[in-house]
Amino acid sequence: MCGIIGLLMKNKADQASLGRLMTPMFDCMAERGPDSAGLAVFEPPVAAGLRRFNLFAAERTCDWGTLFADFQKQTGASFQFVALENHAVLVSSVDPATLRNWLAECAPSHHLLSVGRQIDVYKDEGHPSEIARRYHFAELAGSHCVGHTRMATESAVSPAHAHPFTAGEDFCLVHNGSLSNPYMLRRKLEAQGLHFETDNDTEAACRFIEWRMQQGQDLDQALHTAFVELDGFYTLLIATNDQMTLVRDAFACKPAVVAETDRYVAISSEFRSLAHLPGVETANIFEPLPEVIYSWKV
Amino acid sequence: MESVVASTEPAAHSDGAGTFDLSRMSVRELNQFLHHELPRTGIRHLEILHPNGMHNLAVGVDADVDIEIRGHAGYFIGGMNKRARITVHGSVGWSVAENIMSGLVRVRGNASECVGASGHGGLVIIEGNASSRCGISMKGCDIVVGGSVGHVSAFMAQAGRLVVCGDAGPGLGDSLYEAVLYVRGRIHSLGADAQEEPLQDSDRTAIGELLRQAGIAADPRDFKRIGSARRLYHWNSEAHQEY
Repeated sequence: MCGIIGLLMKNKADQASLGRLMTPMFDCMAERGPDSAGLAVFEPPVAAGLRRFNLFAAERTCDWGTLFADFQKQTGASFQFVALENHAVLVSSVDPATLRNWLAECAPSHHLLSVGRQIDVYKDEGHPSEIARRYHFAELAGSHCVGHTRMATESAVSPAHAHPFTAGEDFCLVHNGSLSNPYMLRRKLEAQGLHFETDNDTEAACRFIEWRMQQGQDLDQALHTAFVELDGFYTLLIATNDQMTLVRDAFACKPAVVAETDRYVAISSEFRSLAHLPGVETANIFEPLPEVIYSWKV
Repeated sequence: MESVVASTEPAAHSDGAGTFDLSRMSVRELNQFLHHELPRTGIRHLEILHPNGMHNLAVGVDADVDIEIRGHAGYFIGGMNKRARITVHGSVGWSVAENIMSGLVRVRGNASECVGASGHGGLVIIEGNASSRCGISMKGCDIVVGGSVGHVSAFMAQAGRLVVCGDAGPGLGDSLYEAVLYVRGRIHSLGADAQEEPLQDSDRTAIGELLRQAGIAADPRDFKRIGSARRLYHWNSEAHQEY
C-alpha cells in the first residue's frame, strides 16, 4: 500500500496556497505509507539557459556553500543555491551531464534528485509528516505538485527508493502498486544506454515512459505503449512542467479519486485526504476508469 | 431537549434520536458505542455528522436503529451490518456493506469498488453509480444500483440479486454461481459462464419489489436477466484449462 496525491491550481492567484492546501492531503495519506515520502512541485521557470538542480545529501547537515564553491572552481560554472539541511536547489547554466559526473567523482554521497527549469523534488526516509515539516511543504508555492507516501513492498526503504522518480527534465512520476516485469523493462532500456539508480519497479516505469517521449511519442502515446508493456498493478500520477496526468491499470487494482472545481484539480488515493479542501462539497468527484488517460494542463 | 449521556456518547434527544459528531469523537468511539451502549440509551435514530471520508463507519452494527451519515464516507461503511438501516447522504469508498448480513445500507451518491462484497443478506442500494467488482462473491444479499456498475461486477456471485438500472462494464458475472443479475442498460460484455436468460414473470415481480424498496422508478420489463450457464461448477480434468 502507498498513498499518492496531486494538486493543480487553475488560477495563478491560488498558486501561493498550493503547499498550504496540499500538506493536509500529504499528512493524511501518511497512513497508507509511513516509511518514506516525497513531493515534486513545479514553480515558475528559471531564466533561459539556466536549470534547477535538486540535490540530496546523505547526511542531515551539509556544507552546501563549500561544495558548490568547489564545483565552481572545477567546472567554471556560475551558480546560485538555496539549501535546507540535506536538500539544496542549485540554479546554474551547467550541463546536467557535467554536474552528474562531478557528483559521482567528487561528492558521491550526494544524489541528484531532479533536473529541469521548473521542478523541485524533495524526498527522504521517515514519516511523511516529519518530512513535510522539515522541508516546509506548507509554505511551497507553485502551479502543481505530486506527492507520495510509501509502504515498501518490493525494494529497500531508502531516500533513493522513495518517490517521486524523475527522468529527463521537468518530468516525474509517483506510483501506487507493484509491477511484475520491471526487470524486463530495465533490460530493454539498459540496452538503449539508459542508466538506473535503484532497483525500484517505479523507476523502471518512470524511465520507460520518459524514454518513449524522448523517442518522439507524446505523453498520451507513451502511456498507451505503457499499457501494453507494463505488467502489474498501478495507479500512476505523472507531472511535467505543464500538465498532470493520471492513469490506472486495466483492473483498477489501486485506488484513486479526483475532486475538481473551477479552482483546482485534487487527486488522492482516498477521499478523506481531500475532505478539507475549500469547495470540495460541490466539487466534481469521480473515480478514474481503468486505462483511461486523465490529463490537466496548467 | 438535548443531553450528552457521557463524553464518548452521542447527544441523545428525548424522542429517541441522537447525534454523533465525528469532528469531536473518534470512529472507534462511534463503533464501540454502537456495539455496546446503544440499547441502553434508547436511541433509535442516530445521525452521524462530519464523516469527511473516514473509514469503518458503523461497522458490525447489530441493532434495530436508523443511522444517517451526513456527508461522504470512506471504506467499509456498514460492513457486516445486521438489522440496522444505514443511509449515507454522500458517496462512499471501497467495500461498502461488505459481508452485510441483514438490514439496509443506502448510498445517496456513488460508490467505489466492491459494493456488498460477499454479502449474505439484507439490501444494499446505491442511488448513483457503483464502480468495479460490485457484488463480488455476494452470497445472498440484494443490491440495487440506480446508475451503472464497473468491470467484473458480480464476479463469483453465489446467491442474491443484483439490479443495475444503468449499464454494466466488461466481464459482468464472470464465474457466476446462483446469483441472478438484472441489467436495464447496455452490457459491455459478459464474463465466463454468464449468459442471458429469458425474463420470467417471477423475475419481473422480483425486480419490481427491489425497485420499490429502493425508491427507483423503472419498468421491470426493461431489464435483461443474466444467470450462470453452470459450465464452471465442477472441475473438468479433460478441459485442459480451456474454459
